[in-house]
Amino acid sequence: MEEWLYWSLRHLSLGLGVMYSLERPVQGRSSCSKDRLGRKRRTVVSSLTEDEELTEILKSYSSNKVTTTKYSFLSFIPKNLFEQLHRFANIYFIFLAALNFVPVVNAFQPEISIIPILLVLAVTAVKDLWEDYRKHKSDKFINGLVCEIYSRKQQMYVDQRWQDVHVGDFVRLSCNEIIPADMLLLYSSDPHGVCYIETANLDGETNLKQRQVVRDLPRQGSELTPENFHSRIECENPNNDLSRFRGFMEYPSKARVGLHNNNLLLRSCTIRNTETVIGIVVYAGHETKAMKNNNGPRYKRSKLERRLNVDVLWSVVLLVIMCLTAAIGHGLWLRNLKDTSFLIPDTTSPALSGFYLFWTMIIVLQVLIPISLYVSIEIVKLCQIFFIQNDVDFYNEYMDSRIQCRALNITEDLGQIQYVFSDKTGTLTENKMVFRRCTIAGVEYPHEENARRLEVYEEDEAMGCSHTLKSRASAKSLSCKSLSCNRSSVSLHTLTGHSEGEESPSPTLPRHSAFSSPMEKDIVPDPFLVQKLNCLSSPLFLLRDASMELTYIVDFFMALAICNTVVVSSPNQPRHVVLASLPGMVSRTPLKSLEDIKMLFQRFGLPRFSTLSSPHTTESPRSFTQRGSWKGEGPPSEPRADELIYEAESPDEAALVHAARAYRCTLQGRSLERLLVELPGMGSLAVRLLHILPFDSSRKRMSVVVRHPLTNQVVVYTKGADSVIMDLAESPKGAEQSDGRQGHIREQTQKHLDNYAREGLRTLCIAKKVQTSTEYEIWLKRHAFAETSIENREELLLESAQRLETNLTLLGATGIVDRLQEEVPETIEALQRAGVKVWVLTGDKQETAINIACACKLLRTTDQLLTANCDSKEACKALLLELRAEVERGEAAEGTSGFTLVVDGRTLDFALQEDLKGDFLELSRRCRAVVCCRSTPLQKSHVVQLVRDQLRVMTLAIGDGANDVSMIQVADVGIGISGQEGMQAVMSSDFAISRFKHLRKLLLVHGHWCYTRLANMILYFFYKNVMYVNLLFWYQFFCGFSGSVMTNSWVLIFFNLLFTSAPPLLYGILDKDVSADTLIKLPELYKSGQNSKAYLPSTFWLTMLDALYQSLVCFFIPYFAYAGSDADMLSFGSPINASALLIILLHQVIESRTLTWLHVLVLVGSALFYFSFTLVFSVVCVTCSPPTNPLGVDKLQMSQPLFYGVCALTTVLALLPRFLFHALRNSISPSDTLKAALMDQLNPDNYCRRMQHWNQTQAQSKARGLIINVEDLDIKIPDFILPKELKECRAATGSVLS
Amino acid sequence: MMASSYNAKEEDRHQPGATGHVGSGTMTNKMPDNTAFKQQRLPAWQPILTAGTVLPAFFVIGLLFIPIGVGLFVTSNNIKEFEIDYTGVDMSSPCYSCSQSYSWNNTKSCTCSVPFSLDQPFESNVFMYYGLSNFYQNHRRYVKSRDDSQLNGDKTSLQSPSKECEPYRSSDKPIAPCGAIANSLFNDTLELYYIDPNGSRTAIPLVKKGIAWWTDKHVKFRNPSGNNNLTVVFQGTSKPVNWRKPVFELDPSDSDNNGFINEDFIVWMRTAALPTFRKLYRIIQKKPNNMTPTLPRGEYILEVTYNYPVRSFDGRKRMILSAISWMGGKNPFLGIAYITVGSVCFCLGLVLLSIHYRYGKRNSADISS
Repeated sequence: MEEWLYWSLRHLSLGLGVMYSLERPVQGRSSCSKDRLGRKRRTVVSSLTEDEELTEILKSYSSNKVTTTKYSFLSFIPKNLFEQLHRFANIYFIFLAALNFVPVVNAFQPEISIIPILLVLAVTAVKDLWEDYRKHKSDKFINGLVCEIYSRKQQMYVDQRWQDVHVGDFVRLSCNEIIPADMLLLYSSDPHGVCYIETANLDGETNLKQRQVVRDLPRQGSELTPENFHSRIECENPNNDLSRFRGFMEYPSKARVGLHNNNLLLRSCTIRNTETVIGIVVYAGHETKAMKNNNGPRYKRSKLERRLNVDVLWSVVLLVIMCLTAAIGHGLWLRNLKDTSFLIPDTTSPALSGFYLFWTMIIVLQVLIPISLYVSIEIVKLCQIFFIQNDVDFYNEYMDSRIQCRALNITEDLGQIQYVFSDKTGTLTENKMVFRRCTIAGVEYPHEENARRLEVYEEDEAMGCSHTLKSRASAKSLSCKSLSCNRSSVSLHTLTGHSEGEESPSPTLPRHSAFSSPMEKDIVPDPFLVQKLNCLSSPLFLLRDASMELTYIVDFFMALAICNTVVVSSPNQPRHVVLASLPGMVSRTPLKSLEDIKMLFQRFGLPRFSTLSSPHTTESPRSFTQRGSWKGEGPPSEPRADELIYEAESPDEAALVHAARAYRCTLQGRSLERLLVELPGMGSLAVRLLHILPFDSSRKRMSVVVRHPLTNQVVVYTKGADSVIMDLAESPKGAEQSDGRQGHIREQTQKHLDNYAREGLRTLCIAKKVQTSTEYEIWLKRHAFAETSIENREELLLESAQRLETNLTLLGATGIVDRLQEEVPETIEALQRAGVKVWVLTGDKQETAINIACACKLLRTTDQLLTANCDSKEACKALLLELRAEVERGEAAEGTSGFTLVVDGRTLDFALQEDLKGDFLELSRRCRAVVCCRSTPLQKSHVVQLVRDQLRVMTLAIGDGANDVSMIQVADVGIGISGQEGMQAVMSSDFAISRFKHLRKLLLVHGHWCYTRLANMILYFFYKNVMYVNLLFWYQFFCGFSGSVMTNSWVLIFFNLLFTSAPPLLYGILDKDVSADTLIKLPELYKSGQNSKAYLPSTFWLTMLDALYQSLVCFFIPYFAYAGSDADMLSFGSPINASALLIILLHQVIESRTLTWLHVLVLVGSALFYFSFTLVFSVVCVTCSPPTNPLGVDKLQMSQPLFYGVCALTTVLALLPRFLFHALRNSISPSDTLKAALMDQLNPDNYCRRMQHWNQTQAQSKARGLIINVEDLDIKIPDFILPKELKECRAATGSVLS
Repeated sequence: MMASSYNAKEEDRHQPGATGHVGSGTMTNKMPDNTAFKQQRLPAWQPILTAGTVLPAFFVIGLLFIPIGVGLFVTSNNIKEFEIDYTGVDMSSPCYSCSQSYSWNNTKSCTCSVPFSLDQPFESNVFMYYGLSNFYQNHRRYVKSRDDSQLNGDKTSLQSPSKECEPYRSSDKPIAPCGAIANSLFNDTLELYYIDPNGSRTAIPLVKKGIAWWTDKHVKFRNPSGNNNLTVVFQGTSKPVNWRKPVFELDPSDSDNNGFINEDFIVWMRTAALPTFRKLYRIIQKKPNNMTPTLPRGEYILEVTYNYPVRSFDGRKRMILSAISWMGGKNPFLGIAYITVGSVCFCLGLVLLSIHYRYGKRNSADISS
């Protein structure tokens, strides 16, 4: 709670800060001395250097001391004041306060007029101070952390504080320590020069990332000796790109080695699985990438706020009009006056007096500009966020996560969404990639058993999961057991014979990765394929023609096993070691066991490599030969490689590695230069890894270059999207006899791929290429050049990769299944009923996309499918027009229920161009749903941007992966799904949820509430201010427009600030027009928010009019009641004020849809506060507050019956029209929202009947050409929210309809 | 908590669901509390205003307001009030000459007698007011032009009045009481004579104390302390420019009504809310143990010492005799307003009733269908 409070206050400040400020304060010392020098690169050498010039350079870099605080002890008051005075709203306050000090204009005593500004400044200052103090504490803690730095004096590593780390220092870190600065990895205790880091602190990703020691670094015995390090490092200037680091290291011998991102250890990451690493610091303190990336939460301006700003401007106009009226009135009044006894003799002309009066009136009527509204909105939004975050429905048991609200000021936008753009993979689907089937060398292996397993698993999963997580903290291993037991209870045991999981309590069940879930791990091999593979170990293996297909198969699995970036770790060495708070406390238990294991692998692997010529001689007990078949075989007696844990950047990779393992083609270990692979019948082989050409979205493939362990050839294995690979696998010109075969394979594979896609599988093609050594040499040279260049390295590398990935031999393809998340169809249906258009943007193939769209009910059977695939712009244009005509025909014909447009990436490219986008939008607007397949991340964001800007609608983008980031950022509301693909999407999102189904409640309930609450509160605020300020304005007509007020100035200032400030807040936080259940059951209610029903310009002006009327009543009833009497100014003001307060509070009661005890408390409290304040003030204040000294006034007034008579009449008459209006509107033409609210009040029986009736009428209206057909009605009410009695009613609904 | 200097990140970790705590020993369940408040399920009253639900309110208001209105109206009508304008705008008016020849600096006072007759006797206590019209006592700069601490008897303020009093702050010596309000003190003297049917004039006793608020008289306004002799106390101050005599001579006969605590002065200092106002001048007390009315029916003469200039700004001066009820002075407005609002509410109630029958049925049909 305290944390929340802190966090909310912090946000509040931020929101206010941005709201007020045109210029945001620069945090910390971000300036870099380097920039001043104007150099493009930074040179880093060892800090032990003797060279003075170099030492100077090193000194010019910022140190590792981090100060994120804004103020020091002394500078706080001036600096904070200065900063606050930069804010726009504060300037308004100060301007008013300053005006008040001008004698000719002043309206109140100066001390009163500075109350608002003082209050705001004080609140902000206190909050800033607290915040800064927390920052200071955290800075101090961090700067005081200890790490080991090499000291020249002592010739050894000594403990130093983080703040004393400088660029060029050598830092030694142990396992589980946090990296103090960005360093270049120079040494790792790992024999392969690899080290693993966890970047959870940086980007939230919990999987391990591999980092490599700088290549070709001369080995200096066991550990690096800093004295001998004389190389020079040239690298980029500090920047915030976490995924890029370019530079080179120049050895004393002038040889240069390129430096990559994977040589760099980033500050605040944690070293894992590596005993010791040594690095040289290249960026320190504020120049580290982590600090450069450290920008606060996002600030977006919501639609409602934009609307609000317009109305604030109207308020300004109103204010000016009122002040002008008063000024002109005063001028005229003065001119008509002659010698008077009540006028202070003055030489100012009437015109000048009028001018002065204008400013006086601005002070008097200042409340009209609802500055406090901004503060209130911030507070209300924070509370709304609090409620959203605390919604138990968003809690995901499996991941133990709630919803995360990252952007805190667009809650009400959730209630106005018109378009939802959804990613497919991981958003609609679970992104739990499971190998389903494959085709190798043109032969399909359907894996029937595997399919059956997946089906069975589905039903069982939820139970197992929940089971696991409840006891996760305390008894991880136990829970894992229960999970696997569950699995085996589905009789998988007998099917697979793989039951290792059962007796191997794997202590590491990474929470965020599904890689270890048994569903993905245990793939049931296809018996036919197994049979073929068995041949490998049979004597027939040597027969040539049989081996042709077998080579393909072996190569295929080899590719699956090694063409990836999967990190292998062993269960004996838990990866997720206890995350300790400080390095000092970190258990420094050396990871002996891991290293031992690796050494073990080395010892086993390398000799075998040398005796590779006779793989059959291996005597491994696990050898394939001895086993014959793994069907029916008992569990292996010893713990072995099966328990290896694979962690991959994308789940597909892991799925494929697991699949390969199912065929005994196991990836056992990985180092920088070698891969350890176990092949059936051949035991463990060490494969020399020459290159990895990583996956990128433009190439859509990745490759590894290895030296084949058996043939010793250089082999390129490529894995990628089918469209790309199929093109690259074009038969080469010189391939003669294999040509026919390849052609056949391609043909067959294509056929299978189409099948897979129809089934909704994700397809990947696997290909290989054998390089001759000369070819390789040539390529290597140019590649090396590309690697070492600093400028445009990316392009060069891309080009280099493309050069290599040609003339591929197609091996086969895989089909990976990715199941739909739960309740996706229901959610999509609810969204569509709510009038939200759902678009699916996916990188998948068209068939896959359509398939998924069908599965999630985006596409109905009654829908007409429009597909747009074209190759040229002209064709595209023609097609768009044609489709549009078709849609128009369809709309006229009234037969089909809707259209769904399916566009592929290429067509989308054309459609997004300037001259076609109009047509495209026109077409897509008429379609009920649009599916864009084969789209790139950039296209995704373009589509969102196009729709958002051209149609001027509220858009929401939801996605889970890095490829959705741009789309999420472009949309008005970006939602990230915290799932399998790391945290990039979450980090860039406004809200992060864990399942797609949460979107329903988030939009339909919270969105609706947040929007209506805020809209109503804003309207109320305007009303309140106008109503109150007009009272003062009317008085001007009776005081010669002189700027007099009939109220004590303290009461006047406090009226808005204290007496009437709490109720609207509560109104904005707790008001609930319709219950959550009803909102979910009747998604149509969402439309009121979409159409901004609660806050239309007309509503605004109506409210203004009402405020005007109320103020007239509130002023003139007392006026006539006291006209001609001996009432003095304050006695006259007293009933006006009191009735204004009553009216304002009761107005809120009328407007409120719910009243809880909190409302009652606050409303009654506010009234009591007012009355007690004025009473006490009128007794104690003897000479204070001139000229409106209240002594005795209210005391006397409140003892007179006339006061109450006036108040009662005024209050009733003022509220009468609104009361009547509500009653009439609600009776004669109730809005949907109101009907729903009325339904909430019924007893369950009637409620159910009413609900049924509602749905019928909805259906009828839809039958007349709108969205939903009648058959779907009974699905509309999802089971999970229905109380028991309503379920019966639903059954009744069904029967009624049928 | 993980050591990290990245506030944004740190913040994220404060939020539920972030991954910062993964694997840390202190793993807590992030499931939100399932309480009525946090899940927004607080029991609430939902006031939905429909014709059916608001009907009673309208009838109740109608039935409440109409009798109240009638009561107020009757009360107000029973209050006797007599008003006479003595400004002397008309040539025929007895005060015409006085009003013409006037300026603040006149030393010679002008008197005029205004005859009037009361048709109805005043039975109880009668309050005598003077009324001014078109006199903006609520003008902002006029209102400000006073020094409350000086009036409260503060010695330093007596010697150096507040700047707000400018230009009536000091002439050569500081002015007491300073400021425009005090300076423009109403200085007509009104006297009332009853003309017996036999022609003889009887002066009607006018009580000049008890016309100011108790708090004003006893708390807010105080003479500077230290000496009972006000002349001494106010030494070193000068009288306001328009005054003919200094403040300590306002009522030399009664030390309890002299100086700042002179009640005429106090009444004047409570600035009127509206440009047409009346101020209590004197009280004519009901004769004790006497059945004769306070002011019997008959002829009267109002003797005015005409000092106060209003003609220059088209002002009017009036003398008002009024009785007072529990609702204050005579004002039929409130009663009429109550009756009107009450009847409107009642009528609206009837309209709503018909609406309720028309649409309410439809709504209930909605439910039962």
